[in-house]
Amino acid sequence: MSIDPNNFQSNSSAKWLFLMAWRDARKSKSRLFLFVSSIILGIAALVAINSFSENLKDDINGQAKELLGADLELSANKDDFSYPFLDTLDYELSSENSFASMVYFPKNQGSRLVDVRALEGAFPFYGVIESNPASAAQSFRDGQAKALVDQSVLVQYDIQVGDSVRIGKVTFLIEGALISSPSQSMAATLVAPAVYIPMKYVEATGLIQKGSRVQYRKFYKLNDLDSEFDLDAQLREDREYLRTEGIRGDTVEERKRDTGRTFEDLSSFLNLVAFVALLLGCVGVASAVHIYIKEKIRTVAILRCLGAKGRDTFLIYLIQIGIIGLIGATIGAFSGTLLQTILPKVFADFLPVEVNFSISWTSILGGIATGLVVSILFALTPLLAIRKASPLLTLRNTSDGENSARDPLRWLVFAGIFIFIFGFAYLQIRDLSNSFVFTFSVLMAFGLLVLIARLAMWAVKKFFPTGWSYLWRQSLANLYRPNNQTTILIASIGLGTALITTLYFIQGLLISQVEITTDAGRPNMMLFDIQSYQKDEIAAFTKEQGLPVLQQVPVVTMRLSKINGNSLADVMADSTLNYRSGAFNREWRITYRDSLIESEVLVEGEFRIREANTDSVFVTIEKGYAQSNRIKLGDELIWNVQGVPVTSYVGGFREIDWERVQTNFLVLFPEGVLEKAPQFHVLITRVKSTEEGALYQRDIVKKYPNVSVIDIGLILTTVDEILGKISFVIRFMALFSIVTGLLVLIGSVILSKFQRIRESILLRTLGGSKRQILTINSLEYFVLGSLASLSGIALALLGSWALAYFTFETSFVPNVLPVLLVYFSITSLTVLIGLLNSRGILSKSPLEVLRSEIQ
Amino acid sequence: MASILKVQDLTKTYKSGSKNLTVLKNVNFEIEKGTSFSIVGPSGSGKTTLLGLCAGLDRASSGTVVLNGHALETLNEDQRAAVRNQYVGFVFQNFQLLPTLTALENVMVPMELRKEKNIRARSLELLDRVGLADRHDHYPTQLSGGEQQRISIARAFSNQPEILFADEPTGNLDEETSEKVEELLFSLNKEAGTTLILVTHDLELANKTNRIIRIKGGQVIYDSELANAETSI
Repeated sequence: MSIDPNNFQSNSSAKWLFLMAWRDARKSKSRLFLFVSSIILGIAALVAINSFSENLKDDINGQAKELLGADLELSANKDDFSYPFLDTLDYELSSENSFASMVYFPKNQGSRLVDVRALEGAFPFYGVIESNPASAAQSFRDGQAKALVDQSVLVQYDIQVGDSVRIGKVTFLIEGALISSPSQSMAATLVAPAVYIPMKYVEATGLIQKGSRVQYRKFYKLNDLDSEFDLDAQLREDREYLRTEGIRGDTVEERKRDTGRTFEDLSSFLNLVAFVALLLGCVGVASAVHIYIKEKIRTVAILRCLGAKGRDTFLIYLIQIGIIGLIGATIGAFSGTLLQTILPKVFADFLPVEVNFSISWTSILGGIATGLVVSILFALTPLLAIRKASPLLTLRNTSDGENSARDPLRWLVFAGIFIFIFGFAYLQIRDLSNSFVFTFSVLMAFGLLVLIARLAMWAVKKFFPTGWSYLWRQSLANLYRPNNQTTILIASIGLGTALITTLYFIQGLLISQVEITTDAGRPNMMLFDIQSYQKDEIAAFTKEQGLPVLQQVPVVTMRLSKINGNSLADVMADSTLNYRSGAFNREWRITYRDSLIESEVLVEGEFRIREANTDSVFVTIEKGYAQSNRIKLGDELIWNVQGVPVTSYVGGFREIDWERVQTNFLVLFPEGVLEKAPQFHVLITRVKSTEEGALYQRDIVKKYPNVSVIDIGLILTTVDEILGKISFVIRFMALFSIVTGLLVLIGSVILSKFQRIRESILLRTLGGSKRQILTINSLEYFVLGSLASLSGIALALLGSWALAYFTFETSFVPNVLPVLLVYFSITSLTVLIGLLNSRGILSKSPLEVLRSEIQ
Repeated sequence: MASILKVQDLTKTYKSGSKNLTVLKNVNFEIEKGTSFSIVGPSGSGKTTLLGLCAGLDRASSGTVVLNGHALETLNEDQRAAVRNQYVGFVFQNFQLLPTLTALENVMVPMELRKEKNIRARSLELLDRVGLADRHDHYPTQLSGGEQQRISIARAFSNQPEILFADEPTGNLDEETSEKVEELLFSLNKEAGTTLILVTHDLELANKTNRIIRIKGGQVIYDSELANAETSI
């Protein structure tokens, strides 16, 4: 048979390529398993979270009516409001009047600020008020004086169902613990947890008087409304009427949008966490394949010698990696689907709806495709070396077989990796600039770690401690000698450490921000709704109890009617007027004084006091608010102070430190204007202990039932609990990254065994004791683990500092203990895995190992 | 008789740092089909480099190698791979079997690359010929050095090569096993009419070939054919 090699175009058949890929893979199962495990975990995290997000979205859509509990909710600050559109419709109505009030538990004389909700009718029409016992949500409405009290309050005050609670002048039997109800947000629960009572007892409590701040809600179930009818559009059409009447409307669609929006942010965050786990998986893939291919170069050279083309040998390994990647991605996708059943339990406290388990084929197929792309893309850089493998390697050891560094195709692969990370980040968070920042940060972190690794190798070589013992020298030299694992281990372990530590630091940062407010000397109790005639009395009472009156502030409620002569109607009609409608719609709570307090500072204009009654009124405004509402110095603001118009001018801008527990105000009037307006007062004090606080609250509630007390200490405890739950979720999500990082660690260390095995065996053959070899190996892994974890921690410090400085605008002081903990755990884990690996080699005879492992 | 390998003015220079290292200098010879030929010389003399160039595993710095009518320097790596697959068989000092393939699969690979049919039976026949048919499903690690080399001989003959390159084929084997391998190599060579090119230190083995050239410092310092011709003159 003769051929013309000049026209040699024939490629090996696909069947043969697949056959060779299989033949080669079956003896490399354990090594390929490491590669596949990175993919499995990364994809499992991705699919679990994507499926969960999708189910959550579906369930929010499916259970939207349960979110609102009705077809339509109308609310206003007055009782007698109506909406003519409803006049012709057949509906069921349920009403709720809610107001903040102190409640009192006679059992142990505890008292607390709550949101009293007086309910009438069958609300909720959709979904349920969840209570314990479940029947209590209905039975508290059976006509007796019964209440449903938020379960957190019952726990805090050690009150049981069957005990009683006094609200104003009425004592109610606690029928059950309130677990959740439609239209109840976590933030509201924080300050004032809900207590449901039947509507007919409201009056008897004596708490609703003229001027009381009551929210009147009406829930409608529209019986004969076509399901296609767009209630949202109807509300938009009638918005002028609703606005003038001061009515706010909420529909199922709107609630769905709001909830969806909130949970989109959660989804984005979770998706990024999953993506980080996947990225760590990618590092695992790249490092596993890198070492795998290094070992296979000789096989490739033999195949080339026997006449295989460069393209064919490349394809054999590409097929192998592709198939293994596909298997890993498939296993990962299905494991992820199972894993998502856990997620609703993890997020239970935060979810507005019940998330049902359903298989999301989009997520599964997306996960499998991603796994396949990741496997191939991140394997390509090492795989490229195969194309250039010289058959001459069969005759002698040359470096010609590993010249992929000069392969121009490498840059194409790098570009592909960049596009993948960027594109995927964009798909997850749908924001170009954030995706770019994310991609850039990840690549930057990776680049820095590689740089640290290279620097470490250079430094060890340059300043080699020649005087040290042989064991130290041998293990240190392993860091830079050919086939070293320094770069890949530092990059993979370092990146994992950095991500996990950053999460930890940020969590600490959030918690410490809250803790600032509990510092000694800061106010921690706030009394409001004090009537003018009670002001001095309560201040005196407070002092009698040995408590300081830190601040006593009058508060006047008003509305803004005109800015520079323009009313809301003008602003709505003329799009050239940039004022925001929110400034007109809100109910302003404003104080008056002739001096600034310590939490605020004048940054622009003047702080002008009013010396004569004929002087113009100059107010100061919080700078950020003024800017976002396009209010400038000198602007004329006309206020409606409960019916009386008051003209004022913007005299200055203030900056306020909102973190302090103080009464801070967006708008500040000078003295001599509002003194006669209807107003209530706020008193701020500081109690030294929880017991002192409880006693003081009890006495205040007893003597002045209309006064509400906010116990900051109590709120902080609740915030702490919530943060605890959030940090649990963050830790749970970080677990994916940790486990993937660990797998990468285990993979890298196990693979490095194959690099070190010849030396270990040679050393043993030359008479090295088991202990000496173990010491050399542990020292090498100790140095590697230390370098990797320290680099990761350094990166985390840098990242957390940047986040603290730029995002949270606070200083960052890392806690030393967790840093040490991370360092020791990661380093000892690296050494441990390394040693467990070497044990296998050392327990067998050198020949046995050489025969089975080296080939 | 027709020539199977023609080497003309073959020079190979490596770059070592800033210096050029010439490992082969103006080597010339021509080998006829069906003969046996050995290249001997001390370590580092350039024997293996010469073998690599003749077999198309590497490119010469200058000069030509014509293998069965194909000027190797004009071919790219894939084209040279085709030439190797078509005409060349290899036996290496360290066997170079594919570790993840069984003995049988190792023998089959060259034929598979040529997309031949019924290769299993032929490969088993070859294994039988080297006395290892019963070990066909063993992996290289499960075989001794001698057995591995016999497998590699079976593989080398599997594509019925025109020319067989053997680099120190007995270099890693004991005396008894070496003899068996040598016997096998020569008998198969004779049966198939293959040209055999040996690189060896072993003068006894070299003496069994039709022609010997000796290399030192990258140059041919002795060619038995020329010497014989001189003697006969």
